[in-house]
Amino acid sequence: MKLFGHKLTASAAFGLAVIAIFIFVSLFTPWIAPYSESANVAGTWDEPSAKLLFGADQIGRDMLTRIMYGSRMTIGVALAITTLSFIIGILTGLVSAVVGGWVDVFFTRLVDVMLSIPSLIFALIILGVFGSSIPVLIMTIAVLDSTRVFRLSRALGMNLTVMEYVEAARLRGEGLWWVITREILPNAWAPLVSEFGLRFCFNFLFIAGLSFLGLGIQPPYADLGGMVRENAAAINFGMMAPIYPATAIALLTVSVNLVVDWMLSIDARPSGAQAEL
Amino acid sequence: MDENIILSIKGLRLESVAGNVIVDNVDLQLRKGEVLGLIGESGAGKSTIGLSSMCYARAGLHIAGGTITLGGTNIAALDAEGRRAVRGKRIAYIAQSAAAAFNPAHSLMDQVCEAPVLHKLMTRAEAETWACELFVALDLPDPLNFGARHPHQVSGGQLQRAMAAMAMSCRPDVLVLDEPTTALDVTTQIEVLILLKSLIRQYQTAALYITHDLAVVAQVADRIKVLRHGKEVEEGLTEQILHRASQDYTARLVAVRGAAASERAVASTVKPQTVLSITDCHAYYGDFHVVRGVSLDVKRGETVAVVGESGSGKSTLARIITGLLTPRSGEILFQGKALPPALGARSKELKRTIQLVYQIPDVAINPRQSVQGIVGRPVEFYFGVGRAEVLARAKELMALVELPLEFLDRRPGQLSGGQKQRVCIARALAAKPDLIILDEPTSALDPLVAEEILTLLRKLQRELGLSYVLITHDLDVVHRIAHRTAVMLQGQFVAFDETDKIFDQPEHPYTQKLITAVPEMRVDWLDEVMAKRQTAAA
Amino acid sequence: MAKLIVNRLFLGLLTLFAVSVLIFVCTQILPGDVASAVLGQGATPEALVVFRRELGLDIPAHIRYWNWLVGALHGDLGVALTNKRVIIDDLLPRLRNTLFLAGYAALIAIPLSVGLGVVAAINEGKWSDRLANVLTLIAISLPEFFIAYLLIIFFAVNVNWFPSLAMVSGSMGFTERIYQTTLPALTLTLLVAAHMLRMTRSSVLSVMSTPYIEMAFLKGAPRRRVIVRHALPNAAAPIITVIALNMAYLVVGVVVIEAVFVYPGLGQYMVDAVSKRDVPVIQACGLTFATVFVLLNTLADILVILVNPRLRHQR
Repeated sequence: MKLFGHKLTASAAFGLAVIAIFIFVSLFTPWIAPYSESANVAGTWDEPSAKLLFGADQIGRDMLTRIMYGSRMTIGVALAITTLSFIIGILTGLVSAVVGGWVDVFFTRLVDVMLSIPSLIFALIILGVFGSSIPVLIMTIAVLDSTRVFRLSRALGMNLTVMEYVEAARLRGEGLWWVITREILPNAWAPLVSEFGLRFCFNFLFIAGLSFLGLGIQPPYADLGGMVRENAAAINFGMMAPIYPATAIALLTVSVNLVVDWMLSIDARPSGAQAEL
Repeated sequence: MDENIILSIKGLRLESVAGNVIVDNVDLQLRKGEVLGLIGESGAGKSTIGLSSMCYARAGLHIAGGTITLGGTNIAALDAEGRRAVRGKRIAYIAQSAAAAFNPAHSLMDQVCEAPVLHKLMTRAEAETWACELFVALDLPDPLNFGARHPHQVSGGQLQRAMAAMAMSCRPDVLVLDEPTTALDVTTQIEVLILLKSLIRQYQTAALYITHDLAVVAQVADRIKVLRHGKEVEEGLTEQILHRASQDYTARLVAVRGAAASERAVASTVKPQTVLSITDCHAYYGDFHVVRGVSLDVKRGETVAVVGESGSGKSTLARIITGLLTPRSGEILFQGKALPPALGARSKELKRTIQLVYQIPDVAINPRQSVQGIVGRPVEFYFGVGRAEVLARAKELMALVELPLEFLDRRPGQLSGGQKQRVCIARALAAKPDLIILDEPTSALDPLVAEEILTLLRKLQRELGLSYVLITHDLDVVHRIAHRTAVMLQGQFVAFDETDKIFDQPEHPYTQKLITAVPEMRVDWLDEVMAKRQTAAA
Repeated sequence: MAKLIVNRLFLGLLTLFAVSVLIFVCTQILPGDVASAVLGQGATPEALVVFRRELGLDIPAHIRYWNWLVGALHGDLGVALTNKRVIIDDLLPRLRNTLFLAGYAALIAIPLSVGLGVVAAINEGKWSDRLANVLTLIAISLPEFFIAYLLIIFFAVNVNWFPSLAMVSGSMGFTERIYQTTLPALTLTLLVAAHMLRMTRSSVLSVMSTPYIEMAFLKGAPRRRVIVRHALPNAAAPIITVIALNMAYLVVGVVVIEAVFVYPGLGQYMVDAVSKRDVPVIQACGLTFATVFVLLNTLADILVILVNPRLRHQR
């Protein structure tokens, strides 16, 4: 089977299928979920049955419904974070690469210092002062993550700025906007797209991790990481309740990584390790 | 089986993993002490054949058929261990780039002695003594201590010779030389050529000499095999190939490289008005005085060439004219008016009248734009006309550079090197300039393609009255297209006159050195040069 | 070369300084009015005044920063807002615990993943490499708590080899400590080893594509010699960088793992402080984590300089 003219591997096909299911479910949750978001329909940690496919959570709500709403929330937030971080990162990175000079020095040094603090720690600091509302979460993680996108965009931009066709455009007298959008960006797409996939996974796991710590998305919103936290005690009784939301997280991340891996392997050439001797 | 044949390849066939045939049924015979030149344009498969004679295929390729017999044994039929034992010991490889072939982490002596010790031919001490002998034979400085250095501590020419020593360390029966002098300057090239030839003669090693330069291979090879698209075109004695080639393709290759240039620049295109004039220009990179008092003028319809080796400052001169580098002093006039030195200070109209054509067409045009976009943009940008007119003009430009109209929809990735360069020229013409700066426009192209581009440039000059400033290191190109030539050395012009005068009666010693270093299409040229040097030294 | 090392050390110090400024700015200046940001909209004016006085917010910012920094250098990180305890007394033992856990994990993870990464690179394209690729891909996709819970289910609940909560105390013996921390260390190891394996593999592969490796093969050197003598010395620098990068993952992973296993480390301390909005503690923990991180990176960069053949043998 082919996609965009390249052959799909079995793992990539699996990944795409899973992603498609998640997207579909997240978009149409209010219409396809079996129960409403906060309906109590059973007892604490009831076993899976025909009515409740994954059983019940710690206060008797349907696990499946909660997972669907949780996915919708967590995926939505992660997507918002990644998109915002890419806009910031690509703009600052490419401008730094093309303009150079003190603009470049300023941003590079700023990013260097920001990256000297581990992102989780930095996020915790900001959340500790500002609280964990959803806008704060999105803004904070987006700005933190944009540092990595900045580095990648800047590196790509530096490689491309020295190409003669960019110099030809400058000699013509083209403005900065033209050079960035028409000469450099079209040639930087491929690595940026795969990076988007990777950063999405990272942000998805990050947000889930913060919620697991109780510092991310707050109740009453359903969120996969928070669900793991709420159901954690079930482990001590040998029950699988927290495993369901955790598996949902893992499944989506594995799928995105499989697809990104496939995308990266399309362009890869066999290395010298495979020469015929 | 002829006792004298040391390497015999029959029916060699190489395929890529995608199934494309890279080398198609090639035969090759090499006698002891003989040098066979493998010549062809890029993509001919000569490097691949050279590596195959060692039973080695790069990643993505594999040897699909044929026998490779070295000294009576079919090494293609040996197991991996057997093949490994042959490499380096009985057949050795000299790569194109010495800087890339040496491991930066180890000393030169370690790497030169590695092969003989590995193949158990000598002890480390014996290998070191032999290495020093080779260093002496290759004229390396301080031969007894040279080996202690690391690759990044010695110059490019010295590294190339060290690689020759590394290849000879096991006294192999066959040497495979893969474009050993292509990356070097003309004057360095001749030194290394002389040393390689005497090395081969002294130790009676057979050699495969791979190159695209027919004049170079004519100096070293006894026989020449011409390759094209992975197939053999012709083979014969060197003398025969040069003067009595039986195939049309071979004849064209010889003609292109011929020293007596068939077409020269036509004087009638030159008009009396001066387009560009530079007086006493000085420029610096930081503290380094890179251009020292250069004065130049270009008339309308004229081609002025600036010739020099790497580091002469010729590329810097081009950057000054285009406005990318501001000179510290000197006056530059364009069309009689002062030219603002910085690009930012020039008006759009002024930028339009000076255009630039680059050396490597692959990076000179944006791979993500269509040809129409590339040649149309200057029209749209400089003249502000609508889409219909841009398209009409683009079609005109395609006709001017002799490209079919359907190429307008293509991307650069779908074009050959020569076609891409034509697109670059079309892009320059789109601005209707008065002056075009050509920065090594044919250096990255195959010789036959380069000839076509030069013909095109001459035609355009006749039809449109363009002026060219040509930056190059290749004297052949200068002969073919330049009315006047400046020879540049270390930031200064050592000569600036009509092309014929400079090359027929060179006055400055550097000009003489430059001219005599270019290999001529005669078999005994190198021997003559070596003899002249010996008498001069005596 | 010595000059480069001194430069790098100096840069490290400068970074530490810049980091402390950044942390201070984020916690005390950015929020505008820290008091209302922390206490919320519903705070009474009296509560705001008390809060401000406790944090010393009436003193100008740069003096506050200077006092804080000088105090930190002398080991005085102030007093916690919530329980009024001296911060350094609570922080130091927790820092020791976290470093112990991280060190335990690193000791297993680094040799394991670098070794396997090199092997995978050597066997590129073969089934063993493909298997390693898929397994590590899955491993880096799993959230840390997922791995932790899986390990707890298998090793603590099902077979009861290790405790599911890591209870360590200051007076514990070494073996007892190891027993308590094995499960969390194992979780951390799995997390970090997968990343390190993948990065090591790609570093070695890019070295394997260089022309001098091809030259070594063409001289007839056997595969093992080419890898050990030619590839690895040049892969050392990128591998060191890989290890340093992953120590960062370790720091991040430690926080979540400490929460799962209720391990009394620095991560737990900080998470508690964040949920209680205890600003001085947050500052102190942030500074500590960042310092460890900057030190690790500086060490890694210096090692890379020491290993570079071009710098060891100058022109």
